[in-house]
Amino acid sequence: MSVLTAATAAASASASSGHYLHWGVVSISVANLVVIGSMVVAFVLALVLPFPHDRNRS
Amino acid sequence: MSAGAATAPPSSWTARARRRIVGLVPEGQALPDRQPTYVASWIYVFGVLTVAAFLVVLGSGGLLAVGGSAWWHTTSLGHFVNSVHLWSVELFFAAMVVHLWGKFWMAAWRGRRTLTWVIGVVAFVASIGTAFTGYLSQSNFDSQWIGAEGKDGINAIGVGAFFNVLNPGQMLLWHVVLLPLAVGALTVWHVVLVRRHGVVPPLDAKEAE
Repeated sequence: MSVLTAATAAASASASSGHYLHWGVVSISVANLVVIGSMVVAFVLALVLPFPHDRNRS
Repeated sequence: MSAGAATAPPSSWTARARRRIVGLVPEGQALPDRQPTYVASWIYVFGVLTVAAFLVVLGSGGLLAVGGSAWWHTTSLGHFVNSVHLWSVELFFAAMVVHLWGKFWMAAWRGRRTLTWVIGVVAFVASIGTAFTGYLSQSNFDSQWIGAEGKDGINAIGVGAFFNVLNPGQMLLWHVVLLPLAVGALTVWHVVLVRRHGVVPPLDAKEAE
């Protein structure tokens, strides 16, 4: 196996690594789903969590 | 010299530029220290979080420019700076999208803020283009694969003759010069418009409550 072939195979293995979820035509990696889920959680928390106030100001 | 001439505003280009710059935002609104009560919510934090992440992106990108596009392949420091660049971009986009969601659901284009909304959308699209050219500048097999996959789409929209995704030198220069300048200018324009018209109130609040 040439160096180029080995490097290409390694790159292909790297590109295909990771866990994917499939739902019909939708395909998404678990990592991306976690990032999107975290953004939704941050959005909801930003709406419901109380914002700290400066007690020295009226 | 007549009295009228003495009181007339100077007409030199510097005086006109000064009046234009001073008039961009109402007095005291360029860097305000007080905001309407409705701004006391975490949802209003994500715009400035986006700007903060953008500054880290620019700083880490500047350090990467010192070492060169292949620096991160050969040294642990280069790899660390590259990782800071990647994760600050991730935070930049995450904060910007949450900012977008918040502004969409409070209809932030109300009160003569249409241009503010539109400039934000254009800045979002320009940021995506900047990120794509970053993926093309990784100098590895991933960037080669992305370039090969993207060329047909770029050619299909008719810009492949002068925007060649298979040319890593051209993509790197778009990524480190032209597109950051565009995103930076759009960001400044967006922030000036926010300061000019004020932060949009919630749907059930009165203006400047």
